[in-house]
Amino acid sequence: MGLFMFRLEKRPSPSAFWQYATPVLAVLLTMVAGGALFALLGKNPVAAIRTIFWDPLFGEFAFYLRGQLLVKAGPLILIAVGLSLGFRAGIWNIGAEGQYIMGAIFGAGVALAVFPTENRLIFPVMIVAGAFGGWLWAMIPAVLKTRFNTNEILVSLMLVYVAQTVLSKAATGFLRNPQGMGFPGSRNFSSYPAARNVELFAGSGMHWGVVAAFIAVIAAYVLLQRHLLGFQIKLAGQAPRAARFAGVQPTRLVVMCMGISGALAGMAGMFEVAGPAGQISIDFASGYGFTAIIVAFLGRLNPIGILLAGLVMALTYVGGEMASTNLGLPSAAIQVFQGMLLFFLLGVDVLTNYRLRLTKGRAA
Amino acid sequence: MDLSSINPAVLIASLMVASVPIMLAAIGELVVEKAGVLNLGVEGMMIMGAICGFIVAVNTGSPVAGFLGGAAGGAVLSLVFALLTQVLLANQVASGLALTLFGVGLSSLMGQGFVGIRPPLTSAVDLGPLADIPVLGHILFRHDPMVYIAIAVVAGVWAVLRFTRAGLILRAVGESHEAAHALGYKVTRIRIMAILFGGAMAGLGGAYLSLIRVPQWTDGITAGAGWIALAIVVFASWQPWRVLIGAYLFGGISVLQLNLQVAKVPIPPEYLSMSPYLITILVLVIMSSGKGRKALNAPAALGQNFHASR
Amino acid sequence: MTDPAPDLLRIEGLTKTYPGVVANDDVSFAISKGEIHALLGENGAGKSTLVKMIYGLVKPDRGGMVLHGQAFAPTRPSAARAAGVAMVFQHFSLFEALNVAENVALGMESPPPMRELAARIRAVSEDYGLPLDPARMVGDLSAGERQRVEIVRCLLQDPKLLIMDEPTSVLTPQEVDILFQTLRKLSAEGTAILYISHKLEEIRALCDEATILRRGKVVGSCTPRDVSAREMAEMMVGAVLTPPARAARRDWGDAQPALAVAGLSVASPIPFGTSLKEVGFTVQRGEVLGIAGVAGNGQDELLLALSGELRCAPGMVQCFGKPIGHLGPNERRAMGFVAAPEDRLGHAAAPDMSLVENAFLSGSVRKGLTRNGFIDWARAKTWAEEVVAQYDVRTPGTWVAARALSGGNLQKFLMGRELSQSPEVVIINQPTWGVDAAAAAFIRQEILNRAQDGAAVVVISQDLDDLLEVSDRFAALNEGRLTPARPTEGLTVEEIGLMMGGAHGMEVAHHG
Repeated sequence: MGLFMFRLEKRPSPSAFWQYATPVLAVLLTMVAGGALFALLGKNPVAAIRTIFWDPLFGEFAFYLRGQLLVKAGPLILIAVGLSLGFRAGIWNIGAEGQYIMGAIFGAGVALAVFPTENRLIFPVMIVAGAFGGWLWAMIPAVLKTRFNTNEILVSLMLVYVAQTVLSKAATGFLRNPQGMGFPGSRNFSSYPAARNVELFAGSGMHWGVVAAFIAVIAAYVLLQRHLLGFQIKLAGQAPRAARFAGVQPTRLVVMCMGISGALAGMAGMFEVAGPAGQISIDFASGYGFTAIIVAFLGRLNPIGILLAGLVMALTYVGGEMASTNLGLPSAAIQVFQGMLLFFLLGVDVLTNYRLRLTKGRAA
Repeated sequence: MDLSSINPAVLIASLMVASVPIMLAAIGELVVEKAGVLNLGVEGMMIMGAICGFIVAVNTGSPVAGFLGGAAGGAVLSLVFALLTQVLLANQVASGLALTLFGVGLSSLMGQGFVGIRPPLTSAVDLGPLADIPVLGHILFRHDPMVYIAIAVVAGVWAVLRFTRAGLILRAVGESHEAAHALGYKVTRIRIMAILFGGAMAGLGGAYLSLIRVPQWTDGITAGAGWIALAIVVFASWQPWRVLIGAYLFGGISVLQLNLQVAKVPIPPEYLSMSPYLITILVLVIMSSGKGRKALNAPAALGQNFHASR
Repeated sequence: MTDPAPDLLRIEGLTKTYPGVVANDDVSFAISKGEIHALLGENGAGKSTLVKMIYGLVKPDRGGMVLHGQAFAPTRPSAARAAGVAMVFQHFSLFEALNVAENVALGMESPPPMRELAARIRAVSEDYGLPLDPARMVGDLSAGERQRVEIVRCLLQDPKLLIMDEPTSVLTPQEVDILFQTLRKLSAEGTAILYISHKLEEIRALCDEATILRRGKVVGSCTPRDVSAREMAEMMVGAVLTPPARAARRDWGDAQPALAVAGLSVASPIPFGTSLKEVGFTVQRGEVLGIAGVAGNGQDELLLALSGELRCAPGMVQCFGKPIGHLGPNERRAMGFVAAPEDRLGHAAAPDMSLVENAFLSGSVRKGLTRNGFIDWARAKTWAEEVVAQYDVRTPGTWVAARALSGGNLQKFLMGRELSQSPEVVIINQPTWGVDAAAAAFIRQEILNRAQDGAAVVVISQDLDDLLEVSDRFAALNEGRLTPARPTEGLTVEEIGLMMGGAHGMEVAHHG
């Protein structure tokens, strides 16, 4: 590679410093590259970056936007924590978007089936139903993988498209509001108190989904640090043959990881439909399931990291909307921005395991 | 319901058209995977090809320039993947996903001024008397050039992999990068070239969508075609000529389900439109079950990164 | 060699440094035309780095080479090949899913068309007594046949210098004889051979001159025929080694053998692997059974079947009469099994995990390191530290990643991890592979000690020295079948070779 004047040298052990520094470096590089992109679009880069990263936290409308931050971060963190377990084990569930949709349909379906009954058990049952819906949808690729050795990446992704079709069928058919005058969309949960995912403190953005996300972070942390299953997950991802030597059953691990990530994604969908979204509608799926993949990697597949990464990513959503209204920045630019973040993260991650050496001549 | 509105000759003719994008993307990905690299970013590269091709074609008024632009767009995006996985040794699965997420976003950003515009028309190839053969002429010989180019690419890849030294080296790199390196082959360089070829083919397939198949620009125009292309490579057991069959199979399904929707068969249109995805899953199950890697013919080093340490 | 031929290759002060190690330090020697020159040294002495510089895979930091009287500095293998240097690798240079002819073509600069190449492969391979069928898939060949592919690949290019890296480690004694005949024929035709090995008797039997490397430096040179193996060993190791001590075996008076395997037939889970066919043997407490065999004859599969990673019918494997073939690794560990696979980084250990985590990996069951599914890391750490101390593992601490340890140190750690679990049944594949002589002696002694304590031990190895030093009884794997076990004492090398299957595939090319 004559072009590259550096050589990579494998470190004897992964660098602890870079493990923490790479996400920060990736965010900074994304700001620079994103700024360049915004400048290319004819926007003031500094103003755009400030609108995205500073204003939601400390700007004029921060009191409102900080709440929005939790609303966006909640589902991202909940889904990403689940995905990270599988990713660590080398099990690639990338169909969280589909599981999220199915969780919402199952959760909403349970509530709408008993409408307008008022009972304190309705909401807990909805949570279980949402988790079940996501779990069920994730079990399809899991079972196909364990029984038929089918690639879980492709199957889980194909099921996103199927779930989207089911969603539009739900919004226009079996879950449509009978009193909606023929418009697509289900009843709105804001008018169904027993099934509503309420904001716990006014203006905080804190709803049960955010609480669930925090619980998931703590549980995943304990699982990975202290529990045998967490160790097996890490081992299976790093050295599959060593995992078998250690007595790990790969099929069991696939079912566990897919199941947990599906259930969490389903739960996130249910909390979303009963809370911030309010109803099943054709455009209910907003891509959280895919953005959560970025969140999982940005958090280096570590639960605490994912918590922080989820907040950063929520910032780009909230700030991105601000930039869209205030500066006229296209919303697709934010999507590009998020994609760039993942690129930079994957790129600089090399520093954790390799040392960069400058060479005079040709490199290996 | 009116099944008589479905004309088999028209169906087969339109199947040949519908299969072009996935055929191109899949044959490109096949070459990439033969070199031992798993690029899951086909969807992203395709959609970049779709928008780049569209922009170039609209601005130049030339479909040919459009297709070249589409190939270039896909290749440029694949270069990012090559940089990440071959130079910076990033995880291939994650990098491929990143490519798709990024490509979908960027295409939407680039396409903002192009919604609702018609691209310049690509005319059919004039095959003279062949086109006048009854029935067959209509099915086989009245298509745009890309239909034939796609088939030629598949044939070319087959011939190169099977008969040439370049093809042998490519397969060797995909079987064992350690051994190829020990014999002095430039593993990284060969893989980067394969990735670029895969990107260009995916881009070409994407451009076909926006320039001929649809033909206009809409966000998310590929709608999973890139993922289906990945599934076709598995279906094809990494053999070029089976890519052709796979692409025709999937092209046929998508055309048929559209026809059935139009014919108002008593199946809800939602279920018809999810059929290509469900059939993809079914095909994956059939192809993967009960066989090991050897039977599936997958390159042994698929998805593994290579770093020449000493 | 009375011929005053000028040097074919002269190596002058080659030096190569890697971070933390000087792999080669000012190495100089010369090889003349037609000479068989031994490069002798322990694992890690710098032999591989040196030949990679000659073959153009690695660029030296300092020093130079002279070939045919001209400066020689190949920047890549094709340049070396063009200059008449060919190399037979120890590992990693064949493609299992490609056929013999394709593999040969990949190692040549401008191969002829496939049909012509196939004919030439047949011709050359028969000329040199190394029959090969060009159309066969390399993955289906035995280890010895694969080596023939590499040798034929080199011969087709008419080399002036042939480098052979540890060529006999994959051969039966009979195959070694055939190889030596081939090499002598080549030498007589004027091809120089650089023969890398750590096996002294072979070098004495074959080589004209020897250069001895230790820790990257040339520590001596000799004419192997004129010195004893012991003298060379001392030069190579830098110390005098004593073979392991064996105490008299005690009779434990068991009614049932500790480990009994009967009619064990399982398909290989490994691509191009070898299925086990009707394998049967018994091992008593206090006894060591040695299992020999050339690589790829079912050793990996046998370890998997005994460790529990590959399950079989319950009765095929029994422990003190109890059928356990259906049990997984941890259930077997609970019964007293420990196992040490051949592949250290990736199978026996997770490369990126710390020594503590790697200790936990196989020790959690017998050392009681989990409670209700939660891991007691403090106890795991204490135990890992004990292993490090008792087995003399050189490491900055137990927090370092397994991949940071040298091959010998990691092997000592992994052996320690298994052997310090007070095992009842010990299964080890390749205990001393890639380990220096001192560490190998230490490991063999520890295996004997464990048998002395009453463990039933199965040692699978391709290194006959391992087996002859530790085993009470001896059997060999050949294409997935195991020969009946015989007492080790009194076995001749000829008999061992025949048990290993003699010379494999010598008739192949004749049917075509």
